[in-house]
Amino acid sequence: MTTILPRKDVVIVGLGWTGAILAHELTEDGLDVVAIERGPWRDTATDFNIGYAQDELRYGIRRDLFLQPAVEAMTMRNSTSQTALPMRDYGSFLPGNGVGGAGVHWNGHTWRFWDSDFQIADHLRDRYGAGRIQDLQLQNWGVTGAEMEKSFDRFEYLAGISGKAGNINGQIQEGGNPFEDPRSRDYPLPPLQMTYAPTLFAEVTKSLNLHPFPTPAANLSEDYINPLGIAMGQCTMCGFCERFGCANYSKSSAQTTILPVLMKKKNFEVRTESEVLHVDLDASKKHARGVTYVNTSGEEFFQPADMVLLCAYGLHNVRLMMLSGIGQIYDPNTGEGTVGRNYCYQTNAGAQVFFDDKNFNPFVAAGALGQTVDDYNGDAFDHGPLDFVGGAGINCIPSNGRPIQTRPTPPGTPRWGSDWKKATVKSYKSTLGFSSQGSSYPTRGNYLDLDPTYTDRFGRPLLRFTFDFPDNDIRMSNWVSDRMEDIAKAFGGRQYTNTRRKKGWDSVPYQSTHNTGGAIMGTDPKTSAINKYLQSWDVANVFVIGASAFAHNAGKNPTGTVGALAFHAADAIRQQYLRNPGQPLVSA
Amino acid sequence: METHCLKRPTRRQFLSSVAFTILAGNAAPVVARSISGSLPWEARSADPPVQVKPGGWLFFTPEEAQTMEAVADRLVPADDLSLGGKDAGCVLYLDRQLVGSYGTSSRLYTKGPFMPGLATQGYQAPDTPAQRYRSGIAALNAFTRETKGGKRFAELVPADQDAILTDLEAGKITLPNKVDAKSFFNLMLANVMEGFFADPIYGGNKDMASWKMLGFPGARYDYRDHVSKHNQPYPLPPVSIAGSMEWMTR
Repeated sequence: MTTILPRKDVVIVGLGWTGAILAHELTEDGLDVVAIERGPWRDTATDFNIGYAQDELRYGIRRDLFLQPAVEAMTMRNSTSQTALPMRDYGSFLPGNGVGGAGVHWNGHTWRFWDSDFQIADHLRDRYGAGRIQDLQLQNWGVTGAEMEKSFDRFEYLAGISGKAGNINGQIQEGGNPFEDPRSRDYPLPPLQMTYAPTLFAEVTKSLNLHPFPTPAANLSEDYINPLGIAMGQCTMCGFCERFGCANYSKSSAQTTILPVLMKKKNFEVRTESEVLHVDLDASKKHARGVTYVNTSGEEFFQPADMVLLCAYGLHNVRLMMLSGIGQIYDPNTGEGTVGRNYCYQTNAGAQVFFDDKNFNPFVAAGALGQTVDDYNGDAFDHGPLDFVGGAGINCIPSNGRPIQTRPTPPGTPRWGSDWKKATVKSYKSTLGFSSQGSSYPTRGNYLDLDPTYTDRFGRPLLRFTFDFPDNDIRMSNWVSDRMEDIAKAFGGRQYTNTRRKKGWDSVPYQSTHNTGGAIMGTDPKTSAINKYLQSWDVANVFVIGASAFAHNAGKNPTGTVGALAFHAADAIRQQYLRNPGQPLVSA
Repeated sequence: METHCLKRPTRRQFLSSVAFTILAGNAAPVVARSISGSLPWEARSADPPVQVKPGGWLFFTPEEAQTMEAVADRLVPADDLSLGGKDAGCVLYLDRQLVGSYGTSSRLYTKGPFMPGLATQGYQAPDTPAQRYRSGIAALNAFTRETKGGKRFAELVPADQDAILTDLEAGKITLPNKVDAKSFFNLMLANVMEGFFADPIYGGNKDMASWKMLGFPGARYDYRDHVSKHNQPYPLPPVSIAGSMEWMTR
């Protein structure tokens, strides 16, 4: 039996970064907002407690704060010729769970995508000709970098990002990223104090005429009071950042930047431990009536609402659209349908340098404390003579020395026994790692849909991935790995490794929780699921907010752009949609 | 603050009724809540881990425990760098893990159909870690009894044990009852290393032996004083979540 609840103005699915931003913005207009969150309530003092937050086994290995596959798994295969099987444990990527979502246990790298990303198809076609990108399904996002600047700025100031501007209103700034788009002002906080490894990385890359700069970090370099009046503390470089909640109120998250204000509002409510099963549409399939959800006691509810905002993790947004019949599911054979289209990931590779005479103290670390080189990222360099498009940021961000997982040893070292132990002790403090985080461009054959065999605990089909690294991205990553080899050699260590990305996406080893696309924004309802304001083309009172909106993935962490898109959508709703509720903001 | 539903039992309360420490986030009973009007906060609702105490095996039979202690002592041998895996408590750690959610795969996706997968699709068999240890240890001892004159693994000399582990790791041994040698070896290796390097609160890493060996300061949580001291050794010894030995003796 389904209990029908009193109507709300807005129902939000998921209370992470985007849900919290949208809830805060829309309650400012007096709307009555409820968020339905699948996981538990979480807050710093109780759940990221300073007495035991630094527990690698519990949070890093058993992943206490993450979505558990028993709650929702996903299936994967590398191509349509294979049978997808469930990832029985998450490995390659780790979705979040609970209030705060993945924004609780991220590292905090906070980037802006560039104008050459938002207008990628036009940009690359104009510069290199249409032939260069014919094997890729690259599309413009429908917005420009200039249009997004204000929203990036709002997210960075909300979150108290530590960094150094590289371009303020067109003026290149010494020590920042010279390849970034113009920004209206500097970051709210100065860069973090550098540890030894990134300091050395900056010296070496500078000597190679590259342009290192401090990675923009959501780990706070100083105490900060954000525009909502919420106080945060200075990061202590504890080395327990990604996979962990922050006990110091120094990593930006919904908990540390929004919830203390949002939760006090009378016109906001969150219901936790409650999983939305689907969005309910009316008979026309063009209007959402609300959502149906079930709580952990098995009770089912219908929550009527005038607007539905899908603010879950991007992959869950896509699946909910499919389960609800919002839009048409993408078919790679015909290229028709938009939901599931342009799923992208991240194309990474890594290098290590082993020294005899250095002590990097790897445990003195923060999630985003490091240096980045963007000389080979995106379209910052001329691809004219090359056989690929895209690029990678090269990052030296030693985020931890947690010993269950972080024990580098030189190639040829046994995995156990006395020789293993000697090599482990020798290398633990004296190894420097750096990595490339490469773009991931869409192809016709990489997509998401519903699995025909495997179901969740409610009997609903699991989300199915069909994905492998496109040839273009492998060529890109290998070319960047060649540049990394030059850097590795220039360190002058005893020896180095340079591990290259190969085809055959493997769902087991951790790579990146940067899953993008599947409900992409764009200018054409035939090739995008949502318009430039993140409003569904098919159901006008549904907005879909998250990295699911990315039409491709750049060589950058997505959260900065996700946060900016949340503000961008909130502005569109407040300034345009509410004047004419239920109407499309862009005519199809 | 409005709370329409019962407060969830904290995991600490739940844990205190059972004899093991690790439970996945979703294993404890939880109740849906509605929160509005203020930040909810309740005293003592935090959920710290509980110290594993030695004394008896909860999962292993004595023979299984003996086998695993022998394995742990070869994977992490005692030498001048640290004590061995057995004395470090790696098997105590493992025993307590196997009676918890890890052992039963309660957080994993365990619905069928079970089909052999590609390497990129990860582990696809229905057996839980607890079942894999039960069958794996039995198969290992059956193998040594068959090939080493009736002896169990723990009764072999270290050189023979090393040779068998090396062959297991390389998949050169075929174990009885369809136990996949390589996969069982990898499971043992991963779990013994977890026990050796995890916080001592979970039963292994006795006296923070592995952390002292590496120079990892453990649960200290504030390194601001040392950030700019590049290339200089960190001066303080490690601490565990439970505290430090020095604090206890003071």
